[in-house]
Amino acid sequence: MASSLKCDLCGKPATVHLTQIVNGKMHKVDLCEACAQAKGVTDPGGFSLADLLLKASLNPEALGGESASPAVGVACPACGFTPADFKKQGRFGCPQCYQTFAGMVAPMLENMHKGVRHAGKVPEKALRRRSLAERVAELEAGLAAAIKTERYEDAARLRDELAQARREAASPTPEAAPAPSQTAAPRR
Amino acid sequence: MKVSALLSTPSELTDTASSKCAVVLMTRIRLARNLAGRPFPGWCREAQREEVLTRCREALAASSPMKRSVNSSVGELSELERQILVERHLISRELAGAKHAAGLVINRDQTVSVMINEEDHLRIQVLRAGFQLKKAWSQIDGLDTELEERLDYAFDPALGYLTACPTNLGTGMRASAMMHLPALVISSQMEKVVRAVNQLGMVVRGLFGEGSDASGSIFQISNQTTLGESEEAILKRLGSVLQSIVEHELNAREKLLEADSSKLFDKIGRAYGILQNCHQLSSSEAMNLLSLLRLGIDLGLFPEPTRALTDRLFIEAQPGHILAAAKHDLDPAHRDSLRAERIRQEFANVARPDFSLHQKP
Repeated sequence: MASSLKCDLCGKPATVHLTQIVNGKMHKVDLCEACAQAKGVTDPGGFSLADLLLKASLNPEALGGESASPAVGVACPACGFTPADFKKQGRFGCPQCYQTFAGMVAPMLENMHKGVRHAGKVPEKALRRRSLAERVAELEAGLAAAIKTERYEDAARLRDELAQARREAASPTPEAAPAPSQTAAPRR
Repeated sequence: MKVSALLSTPSELTDTASSKCAVVLMTRIRLARNLAGRPFPGWCREAQREEVLTRCREALAASSPMKRSVNSSVGELSELERQILVERHLISRELAGAKHAAGLVINRDQTVSVMINEEDHLRIQVLRAGFQLKKAWSQIDGLDTELEERLDYAFDPALGYLTACPTNLGTGMRASAMMHLPALVISSQMEKVVRAVNQLGMVVRGLFGEGSDASGSIFQISNQTTLGESEEAILKRLGSVLQSIVEHELNAREKLLEADSSKLFDKIGRAYGILQNCHQLSSSEAMNLLSLLRLGIDLGLFPEPTRALTDRLFIEAQPGHILAAAKHDLDPAHRDSLRAERIRQEFANVARPDFSLHQKP
């Protein structure tokens, strides 16, 4: 056979090749006869094409070639997930996988989405709480170190800062934030 | 609150029909959210799934919009209860079939439902009757902001809300409208519409989402992309696509009336006859007949109150609802006769269609 393309769904030789423009971006999908029929692609009324194209864009090899996939042996340090798992499931293992496999994610997103940078809502409250918790932990460590090394002036200053940070972390709504209306969540 | 109580409580979907939702039956928005520092449900150990489930159920129970809710693990529900929730578009088929720790929280009027440990830790949904993108967004945005006070969401400044599947990154938002498009189907224009909608970055699906058929000429149209645009921009884009589909549907109805009204009236008249006299009715036939009747209501052939009846039956003629009403198990044939009986009764007092409005002088 002249064509070496494989079906995106089952891996058999592909005989049906579809191209569609979505949002000004070209999407391609290759299917074997049986999968094309099963997915209703050849039926003019079938509307599963969009879902199919979206799934095809989850296949990292179809996009950037080998260079886009990280070495096969790499596993996410947080959850042990590997690129092979992604190929099987089309889902990631944990939030940190997006950092671990950033090189694999980036080319995927270009085809998948309208843009590659988030432009919507930001969970301000959750982020603020997390950064405060981190600050408290940082100050606690600093204070312990200062006491240990008998730097009492530093210790006094850190103690005050720590008390302040703990107060802020404990109050659910900070005085600084004007109560925003629900629809006017801050945008980036 | 129990699931059985939900069935007897007036709900957004079964009790708020108005002529304002002539073409757009309902609007839904869902947000995908995950907790920071924990594997996504599909890659989670059972103990972690349990912990996520408990945390999310507690956070939801404490939030003001979900005070009086059904708050349950999936395992506590019978198969029939799960099926009913699927038929009401409150949970997905995937959640209904969950083998591991998963849960759901649904408020009293069934405008808000939250699935826990489906594909993502949280899938928050708001559902409103009619064409209500703005209202649905402000409601879901408010609940999401409240939940964020109690839950640490997995979020990245560049990628937005982190989700198990990269197709949901960014806003994690999928907004959809359930549209009744009988004239586009009758005049074989759906294929053209689907292609045009796809090119605009929107997806068309059947009544129950991916892979389902479009019985009753009901289609779900939703945004495909979630990253790179704000929620408002996505909703605005979707809104204008929906608006133009509404216009196409209304035009197609005009054309059908002009070209061959007797053909169209024949379909509607026959549907009325069957609904009043049937003794065996499958759920897909019921959907198609109800769809024609609803078209008749839009055309003024039936009095307006009939709309509430058809919209309620779109839901209540589904297999799970028929089973629940029977209060015992039934084989499909028995179910079809029970459905027919129910529908005969409901339509016994619906006046015959009045075709005079459209008669040419």
